[in-house]
Formats: sequence, structure tokens, C-alpha cells
Amino acid sequence: MTAFKTLSEKPWIWSFLGMIAIWAATAIYTGGKGSADVITAALSFATFTAIVGVGQMFVIATGPGNVDLSIPSTIALSGAVAMKVMDGSNAMLPVGAAASLGCGLAVGVLNYLLIRVLRIPPIIATLSSSFLILSTAIAYGRGLKIKPPPLLAEFTTAQVWGLPVLALFFAVFAFGMSVVLNRTIYGRSVLAIGQNMRAARLAGIKVERTRFLTYALSAVLAATCGFLLAGFSGGASLNMGQEYLLGSIAVVVIGGTSVAGGKANLPGILGASMFMFLLVTMLNTFGASAGVRLVMTGLIIVAVITIAGGEDAQS
Amino acid sequence: MNADRLEIVTLQGVARRFGAVRALDGVDLSVLRGQCLGLVGHNGAGKSTLMNVLAGTLNADRGVLRIGDAEVQGFSAAVAKANGIRCVFQELSLCPNLTVAENTRIFHAALSGRGWRGRAKALIRAKLDEIFPGHGIDPGDMVGDLSIGKRQIVEIACAFTQTETPLRLVILDEPTSSLDAVTSKQLLEFVRKEVDGGLACILISHVLGEVLDYADEIVVMKDGLIVAQDDAATFTRARLVEAMGNVAKAADKDVEARRVIRGNAPVVVQANAGAALTAHQGEIVGLAGLAGHGQTKLLLDIFEATGSKRLATRVEGPVAFVAGDRQTDGVFHRWSISANVGVRSLRRMVRRGVIDPVAEAVMGDEWQRKINIKTPDMGSNILSLSGGNQQKALFARALASDAQIILMDDPMRGVDFGTKLEVYEIIRQEAARGRTFLWYSTETEELHNCDHIYVFRDGAIVADMSNAELTEEKILSHSFQETA
Repeated sequence: MTAFKTLSEKPWIWSFLGMIAIWAATAIYTGGKGSADVITAALSFATFTAIVGVGQMFVIATGPGNVDLSIPSTIALSGAVAMKVMDGSNAMLPVGAAASLGCGLAVGVLNYLLIRVLRIPPIIATLSSSFLILSTAIAYGRGLKIKPPPLLAEFTTAQVWGLPVLALFFAVFAFGMSVVLNRTIYGRSVLAIGQNMRAARLAGIKVERTRFLTYALSAVLAATCGFLLAGFSGGASLNMGQEYLLGSIAVVVIGGTSVAGGKANLPGILGASMFMFLLVTMLNTFGASAGVRLVMTGLIIVAVITIAGGEDAQS
Repeated sequence: MNADRLEIVTLQGVARRFGAVRALDGVDLSVLRGQCLGLVGHNGAGKSTLMNVLAGTLNADRGVLRIGDAEVQGFSAAVAKANGIRCVFQELSLCPNLTVAENTRIFHAALSGRGWRGRAKALIRAKLDEIFPGHGIDPGDMVGDLSIGKRQIVEIACAFTQTETPLRLVILDEPTSSLDAVTSKQLLEFVRKEVDGGLACILISHVLGEVLDYADEIVVMKDGLIVAQDDAATFTRARLVEAMGNVAKAADKDVEARRVIRGNAPVVVQANAGAALTAHQGEIVGLAGLAGHGQTKLLLDIFEATGSKRLATRVEGPVAFVAGDRQTDGVFHRWSISANVGVRSLRRMVRRGVIDPVAEAVMGDEWQRKINIKTPDMGSNILSLSGGNQQKALFARALASDAQIILMDDPMRGVDFGTKLEVYEIIRQEAARGRTFLWYSTETEELHNCDHIYVFRDGAIVADMSNAELTEEKILSHSFQETA
């Protein structure tokens, strides 16, 4: 009983419960056929959402008004640049990866400068930078029909015992980020700033350095996602990041991170990413039309946030 | 005063707990027409909880509440308001993003229809002028731009404004904690006048002199119970202190011979606000004057200048800041008490690259003992503490840190008498070990703990004096005009 109580107080539990419920509903509908395959597919796709979700989580945790809207265009730019640099050659893989990370870092610096030097609110700053980034990707876009190096394609689609290798790597990374969030000075600084920026500064926290690191982290993770996604889907495309705009924000919120800042939750991101993918799969299995699918997705997200966010509204 | 003892509100056997903390443990109290009831007690004695019950913002777990003779079921803030009960809380409740007049409107639903803005302005301006002549606040000012002292003035004036329901009881929870000597006196004189006119008032204060001078009857609370209740005239300072449970130790200020530090120790802070300010290592420097005359700004300047070479302000050594406006500048409301204490010292808790939660808990427990933070568990949320205890946690944050220079922004707001004495003692000990304190205080009594005092007026330093030269008259005269 007490175990149940402690569990029900964990904000991430709801995203996992939702994930299991939806998977069960799909499995019952199909009579259990292919439900293991659904999990494998969900793990693959959810990993990409979760990668950008982690970055978005740190940004949102730094307080109200902080959000990174440049994630989709960073994914597109990073994918395009990496594919062009590598030109399908395994030998160029490290160079491509470095180019991709470089893109991410550059975007992070740009976003931070807009926010800090020009004092533009983050939502506008990252929105406008996303136009600049996407334009760069388009101008650079001759790389779009290039296939990824075979090694990268293999790595991003490889499986062991039905589990995507990428998801396993990500699990280790997520554990590390969870430690960063809760047990490092940087993580504590993020949470302190999210609660009260003025109090954080007066408590000796390096506010500006923390904000810079946070926007840089988000952009670098988006770039990483773009690199891997291009490998996974056989090449980069300009709109491959599109679904990650709302997706990254949704998994953060469903996962139990407070939009008011100062409270973040990493396990919740994992559950929420799975939940989001399974939700769409379930509605597809039920044969719902595109319209119904969108309406249902919206309603279910609202429902989950209401249930999971109830505890937050009281405090 | 009224001969017929007309009760406005009566409480019987009221109890309330917060988790493991028993904030009220069966309290009987009645408030009469034309009475000013003084309420004193330690931080966490249950004073604010009791007032929240009276104002309808908290429900009692058990007990009876009567208004007049009628027992009230389902008492709430709306019922309290409809019966003319108002409360000025310790944690100010104005909306920072609205103007003074707009906040008045929120308070009074009757200010509706065309031209409400004008009427709200007139209403609040008249009351401000009546209670606090020379307040310098415009009804069109945004509340968030006002200093904490001015916000408190607005909150108090707002509570005394009247539209449809007549005012019968006003509860003032530490109303003078952010006010300077002059505005405090204005308020207390006004309260006295209103009470003589038939209003009832509950006055909570840690400044015992205020309660002794202005209350008709004094109630002393301890651990959720009323431990003494009597006519104010029968109380003396010593009897009050004893009733609150303090060992009546004579105020030992100025007993020991003051060390002469000025000129004998290296200068660690050098700043300028109209005139030069210097602080030497191991010195306690007081910043005096009326509230909001540039003291906080100078502290912030010094804080910003730390580690920077290009500013005129020079600071040698790590700095910590003790907030007085704790909700805006101090507490992290989602964190435990321990996390709030430890946040300034995270660097020292890192073991093998990550913060060690054990080190954090150890630091929390150590400072709970040292500064007597009243809670069963330092792991509970900081907001579970009473206001004064939250303030102690902020003190602990600065004192536990590696800071050699500690800036204090009127930090004793809401801290009780006994704790103040303890904190003064800690400050003296820490200063003797070589820490330097810059201490902005609105209480002249507190300045006697300082080695050297600078007086501020209109954002500039207008006078400075050593501890031996300090008198209340001197500070007041410098606060108001240039002495020839």
C-alpha cells in the first residue's frame, strides 16, 4: 500500500501507465498479433523523440517562457550537413558526426545570443532563429538525395534480441542525464533558476552560464537526433524534424516536468515518448481517419496532463 | 472604550495540524469591540496559523468559531470579509503586475461600473494619506516596482479602506516588519485612533515595545497554545520574554568592550553612494536610514561587483546575500529546507563529480541545531516552515557557505525576539572569526550590534558614525535633513 502511494506520487508514473494502457488496448484489438513488433518499432521511434525531449526538458525547466522552438530546423540542418559531408562514405563518419555537433553548437550559441544580447524572449528568439537555420539547410540542400554511410544506417537500425541498439545506448545516456539533472551543480542550477531567477542569482548561482549551457545542450541534442534520424531513414530531408516541434514539448509536459519551471523529470520523458508513438499506432490500428486521429491525440494528451498535472496545481 | 464587552469573534478549542506539526493545539480566544489585542510568541508558535483561521483562509481541524453570538459553519475568507474581518498577512498578497489602484479594485467588488479606476484611486490615495502622510506612493504605480516596505504600506492601507461592508476587525500580522521607525509609528498611532473609535484589532509583532505600548490586552502563544493572557499594563518586557519561554538573559549589547577594527584590519569592501563606504575584515557595518533609501541597491551593487575588476566598487573575497524579501529574493519553493540551506555551498558537497545527498543532509541538520530551525524534518518543503523559520534557513544558507563577506538586506523580518538574540550572537562570533557583515536594518535597536553605521537618505550616504556615537535621534535627524 505504501509502495503504491509512493509510486502514485511520482509524476512520471502516469506516462508509463498511459503507455501500458494504450499498448494493451492495441494488443487486445489485434488479438495479440504483432504486439511485440509494435514495442520494437515504438522503441526505435520513441528514442528520437526522447533525445530532443531531454534537451527541451532542460530548457523548459529553466523557467516560464523558456522553450526551444528551433529543434525541427536544427534536426534538418544537422542531417543535411552530415549527409553532404560524409557523402555515403564510412570513412567520413567521424567528420560527419563532428560537423553535425558543430551545427548544434552554432545554433545553441545563436539562440543564446539572441536571448541574452538582444534580450528577445526565448519563444520568439528560437522561432526566428529556426527560420534562419532552415534557410541555411535549404541553401545547403543539395545533400538531400545522398544516402547515409552504410555503417550509420546499420547502426541506427540494428537490433539485439528484438531491442533497437539505439534505444539501449539512449537508456544509458538518459540515466547519465538524470544524474546530471539531480546530482550536479549544473542540474541544480537549472532547477533553481526555474523556480526563481533572482533568488538563484543572489544565491551565487551562475545564471547566465547555466542558461547558455542549457540552450546549447538542447541544440546539440537536436543535431544528434538529426544525424541519427538521417541514418535511420536512409537520408536527410528538410521536413524530417517537423513532428518534433510539438512532440518534444508534449513529451516533456506529459512526462511530469512543470511548465512553470523548476521541476523536471527524466524517466517521464521515456514513458511519454513511448506513449505518444503507441497512441498514434493504436489509432491507426483502429482504422481511425486522419481527422479523428488528430482530435483523439489532442484529447488524450489533455486528459493525461490533467491527471498527471493535478498534483502540481495544488502545490 | 466600550463598557459592554461586545465580542466580535470568539474561538473555542481551535486546533490545526500540518502533517506532523501541531500548529494549533486547542486555542480559546475572543476579540472585543474597541480592543487592540497584542499577540506575541516565537516563530512557529502558531500565531500566523491562528490568524489564518480567523481570516477564513485556513480551516481548523476542530473547534468552534462564533461571530457575535452565532456559531458559524463553513467559515471561509468570503464569510470573514462579509463580516468585516480583514487581514494583512506577513506574506504580502498584492498582485505585482497590477497598479496600486487595480489591487484596491480586486479587494472591493463594489468598485465596479464606469469610472471604477478613478474611484479606486481616490479611495486608496485618501487612506494612504490618512495613515502614512508623505508616503510617496502614486495609486498608478505598478506594485511590482515598489520596494517591500512600500508594498507593505499599500497592503495595510488597502485593508483599512471601506466600501460596502463596515470594518470590524483588522488583523495585522507583523505589519511593521518592513517599515522604518517613522512609518511604524504612523501606523500604530492610526491603529490606536481607530481602536478608540470602536474597531477591533489584532497586532502581531516581534518588536515587544510596540505591543506593550499600543495593545490593550496581550496574548502570549507557545507551541500552538495560549500560555499567558492579561492586560497590557500588567506586562513588562521581562515578563513577556519569560512567558514566551526565553531565558531572560539581559541584553548584553555593549557589555563587552568593542574591538576597534577600523584602521586595524584590511579593507575588504569599498563602495560609493554619494560618499565612500568601507568595510574592514571582521567588521559589522550597519546601513541605516528610512526604508528604501538606497541601502538595498548598494548591497546589490556590492554583490554584482564581486570578482569584477572594472567597477569602482571593490570587493575582496566571496560574498553571500541574506534576503529580507524572502519570497522574491530568497526561497526556492519547490525544494526541501536542506536543499535551500545547501544551495550556496553545492561546490563543497561534490564527491566524485556528483553532489552527495548525505553531505547536504548533514549540513542541513548541523544548521538546524545551530540556528534552531523549528521542524521535525529538514527534508520537508521549505514552505512548511513559518515565515521566521524560513528566514532562519536563509541565514543558515549564507553562514554555512564559504563567504567571507555577508550582505544582509534587513534580514530579521518576522524573526522572533529570542532567535534574534541568538542570531546576533552568531553574527558576533562569525565577525570575531574574520567574517565581514554589511547589515541593512530598519530597526535602530539592531544597529547597536554594528561596529560602524552609515546613514542613507535619497540613495546616498549622508552620515557615518561609530557604535559609540550611535543614538536613535542622530539616525532620525540624518534620515530627514542635512545637519549643518
